[in-house]
Amino acid sequence: MTALYRRLTAAFGPEVPGLLGFLALVILVFSLTAPNFLTGANFGSIAFQLPELGLLTLAMLMPIISGGFNLAIIYTANMAGLTLAFVLNQYGGVDAGIMPFLIGTILALLVGAASGAAMGAVIAYIGAHPILVSLAMMIFLRGLGEFLTKGGDISGFPPWMATLGHGTVAGIPVPLILFLACAVLWHILLTHTRHGFSVRMIGSNIRAAAYSGLHTKRTLVLIYTLSGVMCAIAGILMLSRFNSVRVGHGEALLLVTVLACFLGGVDPFGGFGRVLPVVIALIVLQVLSSGLNLMGANQHLSTAVWGLFLVGVMILRWGAGRISDHRRKGR
Amino acid sequence: MPRDPASAAPPDALRLRGIRKVFGGVTALDAVDFGVGAGEVHCLAGENGSGKSTLIKIVTGVYQPDPGAGIEIFGQTHTQITPTLARKAGIAVIWQDLALFPEMTVAENIAFETLLGNRPRWVSYARLRDTARAALARLDIDLDLEARLGDLPIAQRQIVAIARALVSDARLIFMDEPTASLTQSETDALLAVVRTLSDRGVAVVFVSHRLAEVLEIAARVTVLRDGRLVGVYPTEGMTQSRLSELMTGTSFAQAVTARDAAGPEVLRIENLSRAGEYDDISFTLHAGEVLGLTGLIGAGRTELCHSLFGMTRPDRGRILLNGEGLQLRSNRDAVAQGIAYVSEDRLALGLIQPQSIADNAVLSVLKRISGAGGLLSAQKKEATVSHWLRELAVKIGLPEDPVSTLSGGNQQRVVLAKWLATEPKVLLLDCPTVGVDVGARAGIFRIVRQLADRGLAILLVSDEVPEVFLNADRVLHMAGGRIIHQWDPRQTRLQDMEAAVYA
Repeated sequence: MTALYRRLTAAFGPEVPGLLGFLALVILVFSLTAPNFLTGANFGSIAFQLPELGLLTLAMLMPIISGGFNLAIIYTANMAGLTLAFVLNQYGGVDAGIMPFLIGTILALLVGAASGAAMGAVIAYIGAHPILVSLAMMIFLRGLGEFLTKGGDISGFPPWMATLGHGTVAGIPVPLILFLACAVLWHILLTHTRHGFSVRMIGSNIRAAAYSGLHTKRTLVLIYTLSGVMCAIAGILMLSRFNSVRVGHGEALLLVTVLACFLGGVDPFGGFGRVLPVVIALIVLQVLSSGLNLMGANQHLSTAVWGLFLVGVMILRWGAGRISDHRRKGR
Repeated sequence: MPRDPASAAPPDALRLRGIRKVFGGVTALDAVDFGVGAGEVHCLAGENGSGKSTLIKIVTGVYQPDPGAGIEIFGQTHTQITPTLARKAGIAVIWQDLALFPEMTVAENIAFETLLGNRPRWVSYARLRDTARAALARLDIDLDLEARLGDLPIAQRQIVAIARALVSDARLIFMDEPTASLTQSETDALLAVVRTLSDRGVAVVFVSHRLAEVLEIAARVTVLRDGRLVGVYPTEGMTQSRLSELMTGTSFAQAVTARDAAGPEVLRIENLSRAGEYDDISFTLHAGEVLGLTGLIGAGRTELCHSLFGMTRPDRGRILLNGEGLQLRSNRDAVAQGIAYVSEDRLALGLIQPQSIADNAVLSVLKRISGAGGLLSAQKKEATVSHWLRELAVKIGLPEDPVSTLSGGNQQRVVLAKWLATEPKVLLLDCPTVGVDVGARAGIFRIVRQLADRGLAILLVSDEVPEVFLNADRVLHMAGGRIIHQWDPRQTRLQDMEAAVYA
């Protein structure tokens, strides 16, 4: 048991065993109290709901580890979704083929990248604070999106696109496969590449990183560009899940992504954070809300429970920190 | 142990006997006696970890000593000290970080404590100013009371902290490394203030490892080592080398290591200028040579280093490396050309403190530790880290520990490891011993000499003249942005060099 614990913490960070324990506890409590909790249907619905929030959380994660923030993730995602929707509507709407879809997807990813690169460039070269820069981008994109859509929905997509949002491959939901692929990519990027290394160092002390010869400005531009691309992927998924695009889709998720990052042990001051614990934190959040839902609780109540959960985890971490400090002193 | 003759003088400010403090099995202080006379300037000397800060924290009531201690403050015997008692008895500490409010005015910072417990809770700014003015007058200092504290230089903030202590009727002031970030003239001004305090009957305990000023200001010095009292000595007749022997328990060979440069010319600087920073700088640096560069803070030393490292661009002049002109657009260009720079600000610029020792050690060689597909190779990283940590004899727990857990000397070795991994030809060392213990300094300079022996060209910048005198082959004197003199340490006396630099 201790050997397994050590290997887990060494490979994925000290947060993982605790979060897995939480997950087991939450599943245990709900399987005893909530009807239909331990059913394939319930876990299926969790698996379909998780990826949107998950992809947006990945988009938030990299800027936070670098000591920054991206408030524009939701509107970047929807702006990318709009791009794809425009292309599809131009080339036949419901009858559109695969080519318009591919072109639209590439353009959507480019729109996401452009939004991120613009923010990254201002942050890196002007030295403006990421919260202000991304706030400006968020408001700009919301206004632009509402102007282009006249505040309404855009729909009318080819029916085969539903596969992306609702289909399964070998029993596994397609959105989940997409999310897991992106999470693995993000994990490799953050832990095994020069870029990921630079992200952490910039997050702890950008001036010392620059003095050491890291190209901090280029890294910052890349961080926000990648974040924007991840938003675009989330936007395309949201389009296919709702079969429509609206600028305000998923607005409520913005701060939930931040919650998931912090639950997953990401340092709010930057420099530290890993993908796996954040993914587990996402699962815990999703299981919590679906369990409460099955018990007949109001959806707003589950949001309240999420908030309490973060406070509870922080108190537990504080306690664990004190215990390990105590042990170290005793030695 | 010498003690003042028992005369009819006022009682001692402080008398501690048999102070012992054990933290979870680690003895921080063991049977330490410590005494300060009223109005005396006393120095508490010792390396990091010798127990100086523990002693201060006991005197101010932050820690309780283990039972059996004798405590006497201004003639009154106490069984224990609490923070409230220490304040009432007139003991104040001025910590290195000063604990002031940068957003508030000078007057508010000096006098805010008079507001505490006020009834009714109104603030009278006129009274605040009067109190602050009176406190500054006692120091013979004139400061703008309405200035925002954060806008003042460190030296003046220190004055504010001292004035604040006077407002709460301090009669015994501990000053923790007060001169660590001051220039020579600021230090002189501070020492003058300390003398004024002493003349007005306020005892001052100076905690410092800058030995020169210790000997200048204090009447007596108490030396601690490894939590034990080494002794109390009059500063009369004490020398710097004797004092550092007492602090470290070892004696250092204080011999000039200069010799003639044998290697070929590596770096040539011709008429380099940058407006407002440095002017018409020319010198050469050879392989295997340690070239000293000294001067007061503000002489342009660090600014020159920044340009040689590609962080800023000179307006005029040329930098030649192995005979070829360099156009450095960034420090990445400099690193690629084989120029490395150890910053004077290790805490903020030299290392990324919260991150691990291993990550810091490979920070500048990410390309070299990349393997297949551009991914970082764990094996190459580990090999690089363990090679350089061994090479520089860095004492660490685990490579995964935060670099902030290391002592100053070991941190500086990690900085050196980081740059040596880039295989530089030129090493710019900007005040490499700031915040490094006396004992560990010798180790750093041994490494510097070994690196020179291996053919590195080293520019050793320091505002402590003895460092360049002892460890450099040639010494350049920089003042007002210009190089005004060059010395051969073998043909110069240290006193003459110091007199010229500190004049």
